[in-house]
Amino acid sequence: MSDDLQALRAETEAALAAAADLRALDAVRVGVLGKSGSLSGLLKGLGQVPAEQRKERGAALNRLKAEVEALLEARRTALEAEALDARLKAERVDVSLPPRPSAPGTAAEGGIHPISRTIEELTALFGAMGFRVVEGPDIESDWHNFGALNIPDHHPARQDHDTFYMPGTDPNGHRRVLRTQTSPLQIRTMLAEEPPIRIIAPGRTYRADHDATHSPMFHQVEGLVIDRGITLGHLKGCLVDFLRGFFGIADLPVRFRSSYFPFTEPSMEVDIGWNRKTGELGGGGDWLEILGSGMVHPKVLANCGLDPREWQGFAFGMGIERITMLKHGMPDLRPFYEADLRWLKHYASDPLAAASLHEGI
Amino acid sequence: MKFTLSWLREHLDTDASLDRITTTLSAIGIEVEGVEDRGAALASFRIARVIEAVQHPNADRLRALRVDLGDGREYSVVCGAPNARTGMVGVAALPGAFIPGTGITLKVGEIRGVKSEAMMLSAREMGLGDDHSGIVDLPADAPVGTRYVDYAGLDDPIIEIKVTPNRGDALSVRGIARDLAAAGLGTLKPWDVAPVAATYPAPLQWRIEDSRACIWVLGRAVRGVKNGPSPKWLQDRLTAIGLRPINALVDVTNYFTYAYGRPLHVFDVKKVAGTTLSMRMARPGEELLALNGKTYALTEEDGVIADANGPEALGGVIGGEHSGCDEATTECFIECALFDPVRIALSGRRHDVRTDARQRFERGIDQALLPKALEAATQMIMELCGGEASEVSEAGAEPKWRRQATLRFARIRELGGLELPAEEAERRLTALGFSTVSRDAASITVSVPPWRNDIAGHGALAQDVSLPADRARKAAEGCAEIEPECDLVEEVLRLGGLDAVPSVSLPLASALPRPALTPKQARAALARRVLASRGMQDCVTYGFLARETAALFGETPDVLRLENPIASDLDQMRPTPVASLAMAAARNAARGFGDVALAEIGGAYRADAQLAVAAGVRAGLTAPNWAAPARAVDWLDAKGDALAVLAALGVPMAAVQVTADAPRFYHPGRSGVLRQGPKVVLATFGELHPKIRAALDIPGAAVGFEVFLDAIPEPKKRKKGVPDLPTFQPVRRDFAFLADAATSAEALLRAARGAEKALIADVVLFDRYAGDKLPEGKVSLAIQVTLQPRERTLTDAEIEAVAQKIVAAVGKATGATLRG
Repeated sequence: MSDDLQALRAETEAALAAAADLRALDAVRVGVLGKSGSLSGLLKGLGQVPAEQRKERGAALNRLKAEVEALLEARRTALEAEALDARLKAERVDVSLPPRPSAPGTAAEGGIHPISRTIEELTALFGAMGFRVVEGPDIESDWHNFGALNIPDHHPARQDHDTFYMPGTDPNGHRRVLRTQTSPLQIRTMLAEEPPIRIIAPGRTYRADHDATHSPMFHQVEGLVIDRGITLGHLKGCLVDFLRGFFGIADLPVRFRSSYFPFTEPSMEVDIGWNRKTGELGGGGDWLEILGSGMVHPKVLANCGLDPREWQGFAFGMGIERITMLKHGMPDLRPFYEADLRWLKHYASDPLAAASLHEGI
Repeated sequence: MKFTLSWLREHLDTDASLDRITTTLSAIGIEVEGVEDRGAALASFRIARVIEAVQHPNADRLRALRVDLGDGREYSVVCGAPNARTGMVGVAALPGAFIPGTGITLKVGEIRGVKSEAMMLSAREMGLGDDHSGIVDLPADAPVGTRYVDYAGLDDPIIEIKVTPNRGDALSVRGIARDLAAAGLGTLKPWDVAPVAATYPAPLQWRIEDSRACIWVLGRAVRGVKNGPSPKWLQDRLTAIGLRPINALVDVTNYFTYAYGRPLHVFDVKKVAGTTLSMRMARPGEELLALNGKTYALTEEDGVIADANGPEALGGVIGGEHSGCDEATTECFIECALFDPVRIALSGRRHDVRTDARQRFERGIDQALLPKALEAATQMIMELCGGEASEVSEAGAEPKWRRQATLRFARIRELGGLELPAEEAERRLTALGFSTVSRDAASITVSVPPWRNDIAGHGALAQDVSLPADRARKAAEGCAEIEPECDLVEEVLRLGGLDAVPSVSLPLASALPRPALTPKQARAALARRVLASRGMQDCVTYGFLARETAALFGETPDVLRLENPIASDLDQMRPTPVASLAMAAARNAARGFGDVALAEIGGAYRADAQLAVAAGVRAGLTAPNWAAPARAVDWLDAKGDALAVLAALGVPMAAVQVTADAPRFYHPGRSGVLRQGPKVVLATFGELHPKIRAALDIPGAAVGFEVFLDAIPEPKKRKKGVPDLPTFQPVRRDFAFLADAATSAEALLRAARGAEKALIADVVLFDRYAGDKLPEGKVSLAIQVTLQPRERTLTDAEIEAVAQKIVAAVGKATGATLRG
């Protein structure tokens, strides 16, 4: 770079360093790169340079122009940050001031999300049958989520779960996963307390599946009853009582089909009656699969230290979105998580009317 | 899996209707996913011969036909098809028939003076494809008068079932037939196989080099075969269930997979290098070009079948392209092997190969069937392709599959809730293939058939490592005793359908249940309602979001980054629900709804914990109203939300302090932290940082808050004391202080309250003024103090003395002076 260019560069750098605000910065830019700026002048004068030097000189000038532009940009970013900092500093308020006496909105404008509402209703109904609510973490060990539930690593059921994995392992060397079901709460509860047990565990679950009918995050509710003398008949009775109460249809047809889940035996799928054409629940002669259930597998009891000769019971699990959509005739799963104000206002329930059996759910 | 009704009837002697069969299957645990009854709509159509076709006397484009439907009379038919001709054989419909392709029910008609008493059909009119170029043209020997569906083999409903992972045996037509027979729908037909005589030594020998690769294998060659397309019945059957017929030899192996759940493979003897087929683990660097055209890089954990050149099959999963049979094959070698289900499952998953063979081997196949299946396959190959059979080559040995299980009949009631006669329980087990070893009034001991790998199996426990040793041992012993019985209870119950079990409501543990929620859970529910009652919409948003977005709101430790995110914008567990709600506010603004109030009770994720947080974001303006004009939301709204939650949740508000050190995602000058004591952080609130609003594209004002529900202590359950209801009227005095602009109002209020605790009942800030009437950097804070005398009315002097104390205390604490 020839001396005059180096000098120009040094001058510009000094001017930029001295520019204390954005206005001064702009003045520097105009002085160098503006129509009659110093560098623009040199570029214009390129035609007068002897032909043999023109190429080299031109390249040097363009290089310098790029450098100057970069310097300007860097300084602009710095000055903008300084200006923002200064502004933020000037905007300091006394955060200890008390808030206004009334809320910016009212209960009539607010609302409870349908999933929250369904969980409240589940709590009210199962609570009346003596169940308590338990909760657990979204990030689980694969022992809680699979191994303890009699789903060993090679089990075909594991493949169906589309598990999200997290890095690392827990203190026992088990892999960390985002729980694919709320069933780990069966394990946590049996390890934490002695029977008799009656719990439901509503919560978030995750599976790597995303389309019109699947969301990578959704909700399940798990149920577990452990006692002496609990039979499949009680499981059926409990579910029939719940389903008829939840859907508010006293004679809702409920059908039980033998099935298989690794953590229950015998296992059964549960269907409710509906009309496939109208979507109306109750009559109609068609059946809709709604939940899975069964008697807790002896291996699951033994994995948690319970002697299956002494204790037995049942477990069930169902999709909260699914029963919510059925109850309210909601056609699409995806908007549940989008927080679209219009959808929320349409489906929300009144915050002042909590779900309770005495007021009706 | 799919199968056809006629295929099922080959194994099951039954007069049950299709409907009864499918209903029963679903009830006993083999869920029917669909039934395709292609023939139902075509049942009334018959094969007909055109006795004569002549030009219609009154229409250029029509013909007048005389048609024979095999019922001894002639029908007059008017037909527009260009191919209608004398002597042709086609398909006819009679009046009253519904024509699927047109949606019309046929009537007798008269077209331009000629009677039309029937209709000759095109393929499209029958709903069998798009061909409408003319009426169906059948071979001349098609039997006139026969139902077309019978002739075309369409009268065979296809049933599709979903088999649960425990029932490898039900992935076969015979297995399904056995279950149906046991459920009382007929009898399982015998399957007898006569051995095929060997005429020459086996050209290939098995060798099991590694017992992990294979348990037991049989093989046998058939030479002099003529391989080509398999017969129509076999092709039809495979096509009906969605398989592509390849050639007779390959079709036989697929047929066995579905008929008996017994996957087979056939090698072309000529293509095998050497005379030994080795069952071994793959070596580093080995590859397999598989039958599906893909090349798999094998690992040392994969079991292979290898010849002198290397792997020819991924054993039990998929065969190799190179040594398979084609039309030129003259000598084939049938492989009939037994593999370890776990190895098959892991190999299949490792390479993501889903085949019918893998599906069956990983669920477990009939462990004793190998010799019989090989004989039957040899027979079928010789029937279809001719040839002569070699001696059988064998390696490994039949595994020890024999085991027993005991059922105490009382357990059907005690576990299953069903009263069932012992005889019926025994009948059901026997029909499933269990054989009685011993039986008394109370129990039965049976031996388990070799195809029921799910009954009385030996799967290991996965007990919690922290269980006390004796507790773990006792539980394990109990499991070993109970599990096989549980298996049998399930078998007995399911065959009668679970609807037979009477429903019994759960007995009440106590007349009045305890609260279902813990105090902490109840607090979360209350927080949700408090926020919604302040005009916020309760939301549910994803727990994960894009890492860059998460980084705007807090730490993004690697341990909270998903290893296999479904999308790159859902790869990091969020540091706060405020992030999700701010994004939602931006989305709403982009739709034209910039004024939102969103709340969520959800998780905030830390490297070592998951926090329960009640969070909210307000954006834009408040609702417009004549009495309270719309204004931009500000940090005071967010603080109000956070305080409302804390107050509702029983936090003693007098003890709550505010500090100005909120997280980075807030505006540093307009945000704060609510604390109980110096350490416990209850909540944060404030205006969102302008950089965040810019990054997320939130056009207007945006504020947020987070309340840490885990940090809120459980309210003390003490009874309230007697209320303080003095008989003397309170006295109120106002004070206006001139203070530095940086003075904390809270500090000033606290100083005033503490000035004379016995008398001062309350202090509130009722005015704050900063402006040109005051010196630069100063602010006026006006408070109202309530004095509550208890013993007598206060004198002016006493009031004045308290006022002095207040002014002094405030001055000492904040430097503020009484405004003149």
